[in-house]
Amino acid sequence: MATIEFKRISKKFGDETVIPDMNLKISDGEFVALLGPSGCGKSTTLFMLAGIYLPSGGELLFDDARVNEVEARDRNVGIVFQSYALYPHMTVSKNIAFPLRFQKTPESEIGRRVKEAAELVQVSELLDRRPEQLSGGQQQRVALARALVKNPALLLLDEPLSNLDATLRLAMRTEIKSLQERLRVTTVLVTHDQVEATTMADRIVCMCDGKIEQIGTPEDLYRRPASKFVAGFVGSPPINLFEGTVANGIVEFGDARLEITGDAGSSVAVGLRPEHLYFADSGIPATIVQHEPMGREILYVCETPLGLVRILETAAAASQSIGTSTHFRFETENTLAFDASSEKLIPRVRIRVPEK
Amino acid sequence: MGAVREEATVRTQVRKAMKARERTNMAIFLGPTILIVSFFFVVPVIVDIAISFTDLGRELRITEITTKNYERTFTRDRQLPGVIARTAFYVGATLLIFNTTFGLLLALTTTAIPRTSGTFFRAVWLLPRMSPSVVYAILWTWSIHGGDTSLVNQFLINVFGFEEAIDLIQLEPMWVIIFANGFIGASFAMIILTSAIRSIPEHLYHAARCDGAGSLAVTWHITLMHLRWPLTYIFIWQTLSLLTSFEYILLITGGGPFRSTTVFAIFIFQRAFGSAGQYAYGAALAFFLIVPGVILALLLWRISKMGTLLQRPRIEVQ
Ligand SMILES: Nc1ncnc2c1ncn2[C@@H]1O[C@H](COP(=O)(O)OP(=O)(O)OP(=O)(O)O)[C@@H](O)[C@H]1O
Ligand SMILES: [Mg+2]
Repeated sequence: MATIEFKRISKKFGDETVIPDMNLKISDGEFVALLGPSGCGKSTTLFMLAGIYLPSGGELLFDDARVNEVEARDRNVGIVFQSYALYPHMTVSKNIAFPLRFQKTPESEIGRRVKEAAELVQVSELLDRRPEQLSGGQQQRVALARALVKNPALLLLDEPLSNLDATLRLAMRTEIKSLQERLRVTTVLVTHDQVEATTMADRIVCMCDGKIEQIGTPEDLYRRPASKFVAGFVGSPPINLFEGTVANGIVEFGDARLEITGDAGSSVAVGLRPEHLYFADSGIPATIVQHEPMGREILYVCETPLGLVRILETAAAASQSIGTSTHFRFETENTLAFDASSEKLIPRVRIRVPEK
Repeated sequence: MGAVREEATVRTQVRKAMKARERTNMAIFLGPTILIVSFFFVVPVIVDIAISFTDLGRELRITEITTKNYERTFTRDRQLPGVIARTAFYVGATLLIFNTTFGLLLALTTTAIPRTSGTFFRAVWLLPRMSPSVVYAILWTWSIHGGDTSLVNQFLINVFGFEEAIDLIQLEPMWVIIFANGFIGASFAMIILTSAIRSIPEHLYHAARCDGAGSLAVTWHITLMHLRWPLTYIFIWQTLSLLTSFEYILLITGGGPFRSTTVFAIFIFQRAFGSAGQYAYGAALAFFLIVPGVILALLLWRISKMGTLLQRPRIEVQ
């Protein structure tokens, strides 16, 4: 078990700065997800934790001790790679036993611990197979067993579920989560899938271009996104964002006008989540352009004076047909406003549908 | 009933058409190779065996069909045991020291250092392979000949303070030809192993590091394990090529001094085309090179599981 701290960590590859300045604390036994789009530096961050990459600047602390120069093999870190990276010429049991060979573990204990780890991730029947004879999901479990067998202080998972089909991904999500809760091992999960991050992690670190946009619980990121980027990245289907100019308590978007309360600047981006919008007899006019059934919900795309708006309705069958002209509304407490230039959230600023 | 039978006939026809196409495809794709292999391998072997049962000599006349060439190899050629022992030493030492170990070291080190300098070093090692044999042999002779002016002697005298020049061809002829062949032979392993090393996924190295392996363990468990098949292949292939190698030996030492570098291929050459000009006897001797050659080639096929080394087709073609 370990606490982790990034103190002004930076990482460059040649002249290219991938991580400019990262500060982050992870407490003992916590499950943290690094969430961000492709190429934002998630794997790079993870590899610095593993000791595969050396930070270019700053300090990396494990349990308050500097580990910048500590080699990967001395860090007691278990890692599952996106490609799983199982050793192709070794059987599953040899793969799982591999980390124990370097810990001077007695032969009899190696056997016992390999069995334990295999049982933990349910691959006991596969011990004599080679990686090439395993399915993606089985390889993923073996990789997990190999990462866990040495009782690591820190478990790192680099997009471990991205190669799995939807059903298996759902199952593995719950399994990894409950495994982590049972073992209480400090865990860092890298993912670009916000559902994965919100369902598994205690805390999410949302990254963009090597910078941390926001750190918080899944709830924080959803309810109080620190920036337009986070608001757009977290939540599915994605949030509706409209830019408008503010004057005298009114935001103007071309043809449409909404009331605004609180201290906003001269121009704002208003964020409205599709699930917070509903159809009503009065409000903002909308014409249904398209609807997509999504199981228990229906996603509408409507043409409105604000532009195209996504509205999510919880219903089995569509209540509005394409071409219908109707109105939509939202509750004031469900609205978000971001400063148009800095893209940061403006707290306590709310939007209201004007009553005529 | 009629419809079913008709369908069956159609299916048989389709199958026949597919079979026919399979055969034409095979002829088109494998035909040239089969022709080349027959012309340059099968036919010469048959000719060699045929000649070995005659008394063909310098006069190019066959007067009798005989087995006396083979009798002679087994009973009367007193040089043969020495030649075989020398060949074994030459092949073994060159193979183990240079063609595998040194080639492997070159591949390992040139892939571990930065890419451009690695490529440079590999290019340097390839130079002798690209230069004509005669040029290469002359360079060696020029470097090690017994006079004061040779490269080695200039070094020994001017740098290490030797009193007089040494003649390596007189002192250590066997090691001279081992080095001369090894320097070239090593580049073969180097090329194959370099690309094999390059093809190892980087994540495996990362994983091994995180699992606690040090540099040596990583080299052993990841790199060398990955190189097992390429190394086996190189081992057998190079054995074959060393058994038949003779041009550098001929050019540098000529098999001497006092036959001390007369390995099997040189011996055949001397017997067949030397002053004696016994073509038929040379052919009989060559037969003893063909046998291990074929055996090793078949072994290569089996051991390296050639089938598994070949990629299965991405698309199934009929
Ligand atoms: N070894 C390297 N050398 C040079 N640049 C690199 C290296 N590794 C990563 N980068 C660059 O750093 C940036 C971040 O890469 P990283 O692999 O951390 O992204 P990521 O967030 O994990 O993306 P993905 O979700 O696609 O895996 C990218 O722009 C990438 O091109
Ligand atoms: Mg990545």
